[in-house]
Amino acid sequence: MTGVADRITGLAGALRAHGVRIGTGETVDAARAVEALGLADRELLREGLAATLLHGPGQRALFDSVFDLYFPRGVGGPDGAPPDRDTLRDRLTEALAADDRAQLARLAVEAVDGLGGYGSSAGSDGWSAYQTLDRLRPQTLLARVRSEVRGRGGSGAGFADRLLDDEIRRRIEEFRRMVGAEARRRVAERRGRDEIARRGVRPTADRVDFLFADRDQLAELRRTVQPLARKLATRLAARRRRAARGTIDLRRTLRSSLSTGGVPMRPVLRRRRPVRPELVLLCDVSGSVSGFSDFTMLLVQALHDQFGKVRVFAFVNRLDEVTGLLGHGRADPDGLSARIRAEAVLTGWHGSSDYGMALGEFAERYGGAVGPRTTVFVLGDARTNMSDPNLPAVREVAGRARRVYWLNPEPRDRWGTGDSAAPAYADLVEMHECRTARQLSGLIAGLLPV
Amino acid sequence: MFTSVDDVSARLAETGYLASPAVATTVFLAARLGKPLLVEGPAGVGKTELAKAVAQVTAARLVRLQCYEGVDESRALYEWNHAKQLLRISAGRDESWDETRTDIFSEEFLLPRPLLTAIRGDEPTVLLIDETDKADVEMEGLLLEVLSDFQVTVPELGTVTATRRPFVVLTSNAGRELSEALRRRCLFLHIGFPEEELERRIVRLKVPGLGEALTESVVRVVGTLRAMDLRKVPSVAETIDWARTLLALGAGTLDETVVRDTLGVILKHQDDIQKAAAKLDLDAL
Repeated sequence: MTGVADRITGLAGALRAHGVRIGTGETVDAARAVEALGLADRELLREGLAATLLHGPGQRALFDSVFDLYFPRGVGGPDGAPPDRDTLRDRLTEALAADDRAQLARLAVEAVDGLGGYGSSAGSDGWSAYQTLDRLRPQTLLARVRSEVRGRGGSGAGFADRLLDDEIRRRIEEFRRMVGAEARRRVAERRGRDEIARRGVRPTADRVDFLFADRDQLAELRRTVQPLARKLATRLAARRRRAARGTIDLRRTLRSSLSTGGVPMRPVLRRRRPVRPELVLLCDVSGSVSGFSDFTMLLVQALHDQFGKVRVFAFVNRLDEVTGLLGHGRADPDGLSARIRAEAVLTGWHGSSDYGMALGEFAERYGGAVGPRTTVFVLGDARTNMSDPNLPAVREVAGRARRVYWLNPEPRDRWGTGDSAAPAYADLVEMHECRTARQLSGLIAGLLPV
Repeated sequence: MFTSVDDVSARLAETGYLASPAVATTVFLAARLGKPLLVEGPAGVGKTELAKAVAQVTAARLVRLQCYEGVDESRALYEWNHAKQLLRISAGRDESWDETRTDIFSEEFLLPRPLLTAIRGDEPTVLLIDETDKADVEMEGLLLEVLSDFQVTVPELGTVTATRRPFVVLTSNAGRELSEALRRRCLFLHIGFPEEELERRIVRLKVPGLGEALTESVVRVVGTLRAMDLRKVPSVAETIDWARTLLALGAGTLDETVVRDTLGVILKHQDDIQKAAAKLDLDAL
């Protein structure tokens, strides 16, 4: 059992390194689970360990890839000579058409073995999922798989047939994931499991860097918005309850103490009038930071109920109000930035962002939107493309608003490099680094007005 | 309770609950390790049903605590039967106060609520704490004592410890984030949407009259809808509803008209319906 115990602690350690909180109790439970389930069935083991080690659904994808490293399907490559590319493609077509998961997994193993290897000297060789997929090109099989399925007459013509393409695409996507897992496993055999588990595994969605997230990750991020917004809403409501208790009103306490001869027997609390704070959002939606602003706007839209008034402005180098496009129930995250770019005037003569121009336009045209109850959030990387940052405009807005916060999706050590005007803006308003959904939710919860 | 994971699936299947490997494994572990089971997942995938099915196959009594905003100790744990206590006091006029006082705080005047009931019983029990996320945060503190030590403290009577640990299932729709402390005490199970094959079997089991081809089409369409970005994606419950609707309509195959007319059974928002219609190439609604 010692080998297994090592694997379990290694697995728990790798998960901890990715931010999953696992205590000793869970590790012990995991070991008991392994004892109860035995090692014969790998999928049962996977479910059992997930049930004991994890506490929420968001960590499952991470868990699965780490699990594949610590409890691999097998060791080494498949037996026999590696098949050539065309045979592989033929068999893949077959397996995709039949939706045969087991066969797909076997093919992933063979494909990585046959097509994914690179390098020849020890230390510089390895297996690459990218290279495997680049040579195998499973995405180009769509038409062949389609005709294969139709040829079998399995699902025939009819209504459901128009879903076929989507289904095949999902299967191909699944196969690509299998290839990725297999390549990681092979590399881990060579380089040491612990290192690959820490570096080669995709982090959970809330830790993905906004600026480097790919399409899948952005889609996953969007799915986390709803629960995140609810979580923040509960936290805000609790804070508001606490804040409503208020402080001692000295004047009224003294006045009421007259009846007891000036001894303040009963403190009078200042009653707070509940005020729904107002929120103004200025979002840079230029291409370079679009993932970030998209996500933030969705979050704010979901938090809509908490605020008396929310106004959202988008800009690239011109600025326009997009509050209407974000109306309740119109959440269409896919098309959001496209719609904003189509329906609002955001660019003048060129397509790159110009903070000075946009901020100036905001102060001039929409200055009335900012009052003493307004909290302003500016979202963007403060890269001005060498144009004038227009600091007076920011100063003016900051003077009028209750608070101004700037959330910057770039790492702090890159502020001020190149055309970044971040330090100049940071002198005027509070600027925070905000690179992941986790950071964002922490910041929003801490900074939002009660 | 169970001898193996396969035993769990086989016995659950007898009651009409088809469990995925993940569900069966976790149920088996919860029984074996004696830990509560926290089940999360979207509405309508069979979280509550799971508890009921477990109770049925193990011939256990099902004790259910339905959580809601404002559920408190007296609803969850126990209450004193004040009316009966008053009767007792006025019935025994000639005894001393001390006698009465010790007497009216005895078992006889205790009204056990779900948590205490589940802990006190000697027979096998399944305790279902349904929609835990609906209860207030204070309620979680109460659950901590119950779930970690399986005991309840009644100040006047002392601590009641379970002689026989109930099988505990907590369900949550993740409406509110449950505390880390509560999660730690439980095994975690996320029931998502079933694989196509499993869902086909579920539909076949629940709506036996529906033809094989139609069953397959129904499951495929629902699968496609789930892959879309909808406000409320259809759940297993909706799949079954839809299958029943189609059966009632006597639809032989799935075609454009039938889908268009019945899309409201599976989708609950107008904009979802429009989006799905566009995706499925239905004519404008």
